[in-house]
Amino acid sequence: MRSRRSILLRGVLLGAIGLGLIARHDLRAQEGEAIVKRQCVTCHNISGPAPQDVAGVLRRKAPDLFYAGSKFQRAWLVKWLQQPTPIRQAGPMFLNHLVTRNGKDKINESSVKPCPSRLYPRQATAVSDFLMTLRNPAMKAGIIAPSKPFSDAKAFRLFSKQLPCNGCHTVNFKNRKLGGVSGPDLRSAGLRLNPDWVYARIQNPQYWDPRTWMPRIEMSREKRELLALFVSSQR
Amino acid sequence: MGKLRMAVCGLVLLAVPLADVPAAAESAQELYRLYCVQCHGTQGNGEGINQTHGGLAVSPRNHTATLEMSKLSDADLRLVIAKGGDATQKSELMPPFEHTLTGAEIDALVRYLRVLCTCEGKK
Ligand code: HEC
Ligand code: HEC
Ligand code: HEC
Repeated sequence: MRSRRSILLRGVLLGAIGLGLIARHDLRAQEGEAIVKRQCVTCHNISGPAPQDVAGVLRRKAPDLFYAGSKFQRAWLVKWLQQPTPIRQAGPMFLNHLVTRNGKDKINESSVKPCPSRLYPRQATAVSDFLMTLRNPAMKAGIIAPSKPFSDAKAFRLFSKQLPCNGCHTVNFKNRKLGGVSGPDLRSAGLRLNPDWVYARIQNPQYWDPRTWMPRIEMSREKRELLALFVSSQR
Repeated sequence: MGKLRMAVCGLVLLAVPLADVPAAAESAQELYRLYCVQCHGTQGNGEGINQTHGGLAVSPRNHTATLEMSKLSDADLRLVIAKGGDATQKSELMPPFEHTLTGAEIDALVRYLRVLCTCEGKK
């Protein structure tokens, strides 16, 4: 009799702690939302939709964040938001950061600015909690298991020789930095991006961003999975 | 009118998740800037940033080279833009655009390439 009551008591106690944790989490996300609305929305779009035409793409100052909860890994966000490092070598849109000398286009390095967010740890946690609530419910989860073994050599051949991916994206292969600059640098993608989103982004780039300059390339499910595993192994 | 609206709603609801969003119409010059300049360059001479920053193992075609470009027919150009280098025994670094651009957009780009090369294709 007594033990049953103590189990009941313990259950109630645990429940209360649980509710408390959820409440604190919600409170943090709310605090994060306030910070984002104050400091970030002048550059970042947090409500969608993405620009529909080239003019809109050229005006966009920073990557869209309205599906951040599907795209990023929370741990990476918390760390990076305290000290952002460059991801897009040619800026968010390469056409806005070009100089042409002697007929050759070059990145105008001085015009490429990093994200200015330098949040305190407590703010970074709150902002990350908020950003992780911005999910796209249509995206399938559980497609890519990043721990699944795959052949690095075979994957890199696909990425660089059989498909044009490496022409626009820099990756690490056998400790060498290789590839183009018009797309995001993928060398930390394994820490940064949700592997299921990587798969979905390769499957249909224009679903996420109708006028992205990455083409949609049809391929087998197996090849797309291999590419997603390869990208998710970059760290 | 009401029926039409309902049919439209139905279509929207039926749309598969992650389906394509139709994009706005763009001029051939804008399309070239967005999709081709990154490799073929603002001058169309093959000196885009992916090339000049060392990202490409094969140099992109110089679209202003009159002689080289006149060897390709309009059908050749349409094919390589749609299916990529892979389908035409060229480098796979030239991507296929058939699922990104419409047929009309590819045709417009073919006409734009003819302006860049100041040439006509072989018939
Ligand atoms: C002055 C404009 C500006 C402001 C303000 C700004 N950012 Fe950024 N942000 C950028 C740019 C530009 C990038 C792209 C950096 C890169 O690719 O190297 C970026 C990148 C990011 C990324 C990574 C996106 C991705 O897809 O890789 C996140 C997350 C982010 N910002 C969050 C924030 C948050 C949170 C704030 C507010 C605290 C903020 N930013 C304020 C310009 C801005
Ligand atoms: C013609 C250039 C180009 C090619 C070819 C290309 N991409 Fe991309 N890729 C891009 C651009 C542009 C973006 C999005 C830019 C942004 O978010 O700022 C992108 C985004 C991505 C992302 C998400 C990265 C991020 O940080 O947001 C992944 C993953 C990716 N590409 C993988 C691939 C793979 C795999 C291939 C080959 C099948 C490929 N890409 C081919 C240009 C390219
Ligand atoms: C990721 C880089 C890249 C992008 C983006 C790109 N190209 Fe190319 N393109 C190449 C490369 C590399 C070649 C050379 C292939 C070879 O010679 O084997 C090429 C070759 C060509 C050729 C010549 C084909 C032949 O048979 O000689 C045409 C035409 C062409 N590209 C048109 C375009 C158009 C139009 C676009 C934009 C819609 C475009 N390219 C975008 C890299 C690219």
